[in-house]
Amino acid sequence: MNRRKFLTILGSAGVASSLGTTLTATKAEAGAHVFPNYDESYGVLHDTTRCIGCRRCEEGCNKANDLPKPDKPFSDLSVTSQRRRTSADAWTVVNKYVVDGKPVFRKLQCFHCNDPACASACFAKCFSKLPNGVVTYEGSQCVGCRYCMIACPFYVPGFEYDEALDPLVQKCTFCEHRLVEGKLPGCVEACPMDALTFGRRSDLIRIARARINENPGKYVNYIYGEEDAGGTAWMVLAPAKDGKGSPLPQNPIDAGHTLEQMDLNTHLGNRPMGELTYGALGAVPMIVAFWPVLFGGAYAITKRREAMAKQAQDAVVKEAHEDVVAAVDAAVRKLEETEGPGAAERARRAMTEALKAREAEAAHAKHGEDS
Amino acid sequence: MSQHSIVIPTKDKLFNLDPLTKPTIGNIITWIILAVGLVVTVMRFGLGIGAVANLDDNWPWGLWIGFDLLCGVCLAAGGYFTTVACYVMGMKHFHSAVRPAVTTAFLGYAFVVVALLYDLGHPWRLPYMFFFPGTTSVLFEVGLCVATYVTVLFIEFSVAPMEWLSGKFPWLLKYRKIVIRATILLTIFGVTLSTLHQSSLGSLYLIAPEKLHPLWYSPFMPMFFFVSSMAAGASMVIFEGMFAHKGVHNYMDETHLREADGVVLSFAKAASFILFAYFMIKLIDMLVQANIPYLFTGYGAWWLVEMLGFILLPALLYAKGSRDGNVTLCRIASVNAVAGIVLNRFNVSMIAFNYQLPPSDGYFPSIGEICISVFVVTLIVTAYRFIVYHMPVLYEHPDFKGEEH
Repeated sequence: MNRRKFLTILGSAGVASSLGTTLTATKAEAGAHVFPNYDESYGVLHDTTRCIGCRRCEEGCNKANDLPKPDKPFSDLSVTSQRRRTSADAWTVVNKYVVDGKPVFRKLQCFHCNDPACASACFAKCFSKLPNGVVTYEGSQCVGCRYCMIACPFYVPGFEYDEALDPLVQKCTFCEHRLVEGKLPGCVEACPMDALTFGRRSDLIRIARARINENPGKYVNYIYGEEDAGGTAWMVLAPAKDGKGSPLPQNPIDAGHTLEQMDLNTHLGNRPMGELTYGALGAVPMIVAFWPVLFGGAYAITKRREAMAKQAQDAVVKEAHEDVVAAVDAAVRKLEETEGPGAAERARRAMTEALKAREAEAAHAKHGEDS
Repeated sequence: MSQHSIVIPTKDKLFNLDPLTKPTIGNIITWIILAVGLVVTVMRFGLGIGAVANLDDNWPWGLWIGFDLLCGVCLAAGGYFTTVACYVMGMKHFHSAVRPAVTTAFLGYAFVVVALLYDLGHPWRLPYMFFFPGTTSVLFEVGLCVATYVTVLFIEFSVAPMEWLSGKFPWLLKYRKIVIRATILLTIFGVTLSTLHQSSLGSLYLIAPEKLHPLWYSPFMPMFFFVSSMAAGASMVIFEGMFAHKGVHNYMDETHLREADGVVLSFAKAASFILFAYFMIKLIDMLVQANIPYLFTGYGAWWLVEMLGFILLPALLYAKGSRDGNVTLCRIASVNAVAGIVLNRFNVSMIAFNYQLPPSDGYFPSIGEICISVFVVTLIVTAYRFIVYHMPVLYEHPDFKGEEH
């Protein structure tokens, strides 16, 4: 099931995308030579039908980036049967997958997404997608929250957990330091089988399409990374299920069956992962703007209701008070008629004092209730 | 029981540390936990995260995020819940519940930040998010809101320490007055910030649909987290009240004791409704996402356990308890509800996370991680006790009795 169907929350993506991101900024600055989907940026096509699992790419990466030497030498090919992943010390690894009974080798490294989840997730702007296709990481401003590792759909970034003072996230850099010198990435240069093809992304897609068309039955009809997770700079070609048996390119469902066995997730959808959060982020300004009105309104209603209740109560009290005064007055007048003015005066005074005393008592009781 | 047993610090005797330093069983356990926690703290910062935690590349977030951050923030929701009920909705009979709720919320948030420092690779770089704001990040929103809300809670809470110290430093009265006049402003600001970051904690996982099991992943996770935080807020007031009545009963004044049962019953009723609503939105979400087939798997059974045993059951217990005026039942329901919230956060962050990885790549927190989490909770309890022994939280200070605010 494609989870992207459930993208929108409160459908405010427009607001979110206007918040401004590294990516949009980079795109804008890069100007004319970057087209949608980073067609002119660099990428690498990994043809798994050519890969023999020799681990030369791992060795090349290790040398090119001065990474620590592994416990087992690169000549030990048995490790490819383990389910390895990239880590802080190994930015690329080759795993053997059994696809419909046959071994297939696949190289794992950062896919250098067009619109990377790590960059979208980073709250200190450590990651940037450059016009040349590289997704860079700036360790000097990394807080070490590791949200990029949660966000990455390919389980790529590794973290230096054993580093006490300066632990950083590490991942494939596309050998950017070599690219600027005009050299190939370490792994591509080391590959003896031509399984890794470096080039512009649009060219790689054309090459991949040509290989699929010219070799019916050899490849699944799917270029992994062309659109997955919004498109990636590194893409994968996978072998068809039954080599000679099917002359026609296979349909995407067959492709999914094969790719899943190679641990390539075909459920990521064709939009950048970060877009999944834009609906929620877009709701933020709405809540900031509207919640105070909503709760301020509730407060005003409460206050008004209290005032009305007090008014109604005061009216009742006043009426009762007037009733009492009228009754007392009538009684005193009657006294005056029967007992004479002196008695009436005494009665009036006594009544006034009693009322005052009651009022004082009531006021005291009310005060006690409030406190 | 009676008011005269409350020790109110005076101008000449500001401190009342006896209850914290007496060698009672509770205190001895506290000292042991704090000592162990300090040792693990030294290991964490001296040797690195890897020395004490089971975290790895597949599991960048573990117990410290799943419990200390997600549960910590959610269970501190009592602050906004109670202040809104009392000040905005005008339920004045909850007034005695406001200060304890604000106090625990402030402590909860403050120690969430403390716990977060253990998890961050570069804790001292936390302010970097203000210098390099990653505005596309949900975590940025969480950070910004939590930082702001801790400040709001600190100001709201500051009335209690100011009343405590005003005998010695009378100039504090001026500030106290300003804060009290700003109560409604702070309350509305607080609920806005709470809405944002409570929901954003759910939004954190929106970016990883391939890692979180479909029964828990939903575009409405922000909504789920926010709605459940309301239930958590109401439940925690009852839950904490239960322990406060056991531990610091003699610091409660007559008003607090008189209103306590009413608070429990009203909050139970509110929590019941909210939990029912939470149950319904989770159920409907499961249906509209066509997730019924998943119910017949192991994860499906576990999801049903959470839904029926830890959302629906406490909702029913609360409903029965508040209807019958049964405070004990409401307290049992609060334990159930709080456990349910913790279970949900554990499911999202750990149990149903990385569900496609083979069991050999699983995660279980290390002793070191558990020690730090227990250490942080103990710090909160100790700080709470210190505050209650010194400041007018569970009682009204005689100097300020009867003031309307």
